[in-house]
Amino acid sequence: MKVTNIPFMAMRKIVAAFSLVLILISLGSLATKGLQFGLDFTGGTLIEVAYDEAPKLDDVRALLGENGYTDVVVQNFGSPTDVVVRMANSYTPTLGDEVLSTLQNHGETNVSLQRSEFVGAQVGEELREQGGLGMLLALAIVMIYVAVRFQFKFSVASVAALIHDVIITLGFFSLFEVEFDLTVLAALLAVVGYSLNDTIVVCDRIRENFRIMRDTTPFDLVNESINQTLGRTLITSMTTLFVLVVLFVAGGEAIHNFSMALLVGIVIGTYSSIFVAANLLLAMDVKREDLVPAPKEELEDDLP
Amino acid sequence: MLNKYPLWKYLLILLVLALGLLYAFPNLYPDDPALQLSTQKSTAIVDEQSLQKAKDALSKANIDLKQAELTSAGGTLRFNSGEDQLAAKPVVAAALGEDFVTALNLVPTTPDWLSSLGAGPAKLGLDLRGGVHFLLEVDTPAALKQRLEVSSSEMKAALRSDRIRYRSVDVEDGVLSIRFLQESDLDLAETLLKRDFSEYRYATLQDGSDFYLNVSFTEAATKEIESYALQQNLTTLRNRVNELGVAEPLVQRQGSNRIVVELPGVQDTAAAKRIIGATANLEFHLEAGLDDRGADIETLTFRDGSGRTARLERDLIITGDSVSDASSSFDENGRPQVNINLDSKGGKQMSKVTRSAVGRNMGVVFIEHKSRSRFVEKDGKMEEVRRSYSEKGIISLATIQTTLGNSFRITGLDSPRESSELALLLRAGALAAPIYFVEERTIGPSLGAENIKLGVSSAQIGLLVVMLFMLVYYKVFGIIANISLALNIILLMACMSLLSATLTLPGIAGIVLTMGMAVDANVLIFSRIKEELANGTPNQQAIHSGFNRAFTTIFDANITTLLVAVILFAVGTGPVKGFAVTLSLGILTSMFTAIVVTRAQVNLVYGGRKNKKLYI
Repeated sequence: MKVTNIPFMAMRKIVAAFSLVLILISLGSLATKGLQFGLDFTGGTLIEVAYDEAPKLDDVRALLGENGYTDVVVQNFGSPTDVVVRMANSYTPTLGDEVLSTLQNHGETNVSLQRSEFVGAQVGEELREQGGLGMLLALAIVMIYVAVRFQFKFSVASVAALIHDVIITLGFFSLFEVEFDLTVLAALLAVVGYSLNDTIVVCDRIRENFRIMRDTTPFDLVNESINQTLGRTLITSMTTLFVLVVLFVAGGEAIHNFSMALLVGIVIGTYSSIFVAANLLLAMDVKREDLVPAPKEELEDDLP
Repeated sequence: MLNKYPLWKYLLILLVLALGLLYAFPNLYPDDPALQLSTQKSTAIVDEQSLQKAKDALSKANIDLKQAELTSAGGTLRFNSGEDQLAAKPVVAAALGEDFVTALNLVPTTPDWLSSLGAGPAKLGLDLRGGVHFLLEVDTPAALKQRLEVSSSEMKAALRSDRIRYRSVDVEDGVLSIRFLQESDLDLAETLLKRDFSEYRYATLQDGSDFYLNVSFTEAATKEIESYALQQNLTTLRNRVNELGVAEPLVQRQGSNRIVVELPGVQDTAAAKRIIGATANLEFHLEAGLDDRGADIETLTFRDGSGRTARLERDLIITGDSVSDASSSFDENGRPQVNINLDSKGGKQMSKVTRSAVGRNMGVVFIEHKSRSRFVEKDGKMEEVRRSYSEKGIISLATIQTTLGNSFRITGLDSPRESSELALLLRAGALAAPIYFVEERTIGPSLGAENIKLGVSSAQIGLLVVMLFMLVYYKVFGIIANISLALNIILLMACMSLLSATLTLPGIAGIVLTMGMAVDANVLIFSRIKEELANGTPNQQAIHSGFNRAFTTIFDANITTLLVAVILFAVGTGPVKGFAVTLSLGILTSMFTAIVVTRAQVNLVYGGRKNKKLYI
């Protein structure tokens, strides 16, 4: 790939507007619809069973209803023979076993337990807190590291890019009502790591160019840096997206949402490392003096 | 200039790779489904004879046995398939009888020469091998309350023996309050109790004509009791899990009042839960005399369902905690009984009380602590409210014939099963405080197998796609990057095995993701080299500065990602932790392979000659 010369930064206003719209949509959806939290975070009981022959979900619902389990959600999971039964917070230690035996005793086909999960309401709440705390901690540590290795403006720009990615990915999950469970949270943190990696590469090039290109304006310099790293950004994102598509298609239902979160996050992360971080750097008026220390004045030799 | 590594660098790289191969190698050997034989009793040992018994029973039932061997922990029976293993369990259990514990397990097939070097396959998480995960919460307030109740008996005895008159003793909200009619009694009691019971805080209170002495734990004592309760429960749960005979169980403290229990391979969750969660205990009380006061006696029903009741003194002689050993057997009439040995403190207490009570009746009370959860709305949110209660029933009421010592027996149990479970619980110890299941996950073995299959196949496809892309895009350098990528995966597996880190499904996803990201470092280097070449730099110089200039970028980018992975490890649980482990290990190994190993290969191929054309 030849080094391109695309005037990315000339589009900065349009791109900023686009990002802003995405963020507003995401925040709006998060505020009104919220997230479809999974069992890990809400607490409750879940049973996954495998039938030998695909059952009618209505029959399963009716059967459970007859036996007094009214407040349940019955869904297929990955294949028509796999059925998931979810129950809200009405836990007794034996609920899972009871529902399983109800299903097993009332059908003609064989029903086997794939997994059963129970999470207490309090545990779920703690996980939500811990997850949010972990995310904030990650951002704070990244901010400090970048401030030390680069400069404060860079750390603000890269963390803002990360927050941008996280909000839009969360917005995607909220808007399309995809279940948000523990693995999705892990994926989100991985997106933070990945997007950061991308952003750092761009920032690194900007830092380097400030040292070697003496007579270029910051605007042109940032643009040039993005173009120089564009090949690498796209190739890496492509190889990563390849494997994520494989995971999404062939990885099975259990990591479906996980790979979806990564897919969305990495597309957004690639976009943000090209446009958002650099854009913010310019907005904060990044200068050569921020990175290259001004030539020291001759020290007066007043020591004996 | 020429790009060459000194010989020692090549040798060092080869050494690292050789070690990596060696320690990753055991993962190629699949685990055998197996039955683990062990015994908890000193009377029975797993030997050739018992193995032979099992073998005979299996051949009778037409189940193929792959191999039977004696190990330090007992015996292992290996099978060719999971179905054989499942079918064999009841057969072997029946053939060997009650004294032996048979547990389902997966046994590595690592050759001896490898395991003697400390090499073994990576551990599989519950989501890949099936099993049960429990998270239990210890009810520490209940532990405090229990302790306060025990003390209340002791304090009452102390007050009585010093002839200090009190009206009543109540325990409520962690405060023990003793009511007196005379202020002088209160003062005497305070001096006495302060001397004898120093772990308490005392406060006096006057209400109308009554005087109260309020006793509560000091903060230090509260902490100590809470941590003791947790520690005691951990020990008890470990003992119980061992009695269940599960291979490679995990019982671990989590946070200030939680305990994680993981039982790989266990399918019968109901049975596991019954034994683990059982909060049964025994209490020994004297039967109340006819003229005893009302507040100090308790009327309890018998557990045999006859509806009979008896009046027992509230004061305890001892509890099941003082039991040092228990076994079940039958009495001369063929009824189930439990033989009990007490520890020295319990024995002394027992003989002290029974010496002066020969001819009176002693009741053995079976207590089960249970809890009910209700949901109530509070501030617009549903909140879980737990109410604990205990079910008490008398197992036996028998006349004390003579002073009882360290060892005696109790009868009056319903069935042999009840006597053996009671013996098990007494032996393993009672829980110092009630526990609740706050999280529970069961993964069936078929789901585990399916997860492995899906994970491995998507890893293979992912690897293939990335390699093809690199080959097409970077030609010879692509081949070099692909070799580095393959070595990276081998090194990653070796690290997992060496650290005996647990591989989970998100962990496999982490490996797949690492593959996508691992080529990143090489992409960075190769783009730099291309750039240098485009600027007209000579080949060797281009390679040299390509590697050098990409290094800081790779370093900064990977360190930040590593920081995030470490945080993920710190806040995550179970499968998420597995993901964090593979991600961070992957970052470290990929930095080694992508920088050092790739450089070595490039040096070998291109470093020696001056103007060889670079296929990049």
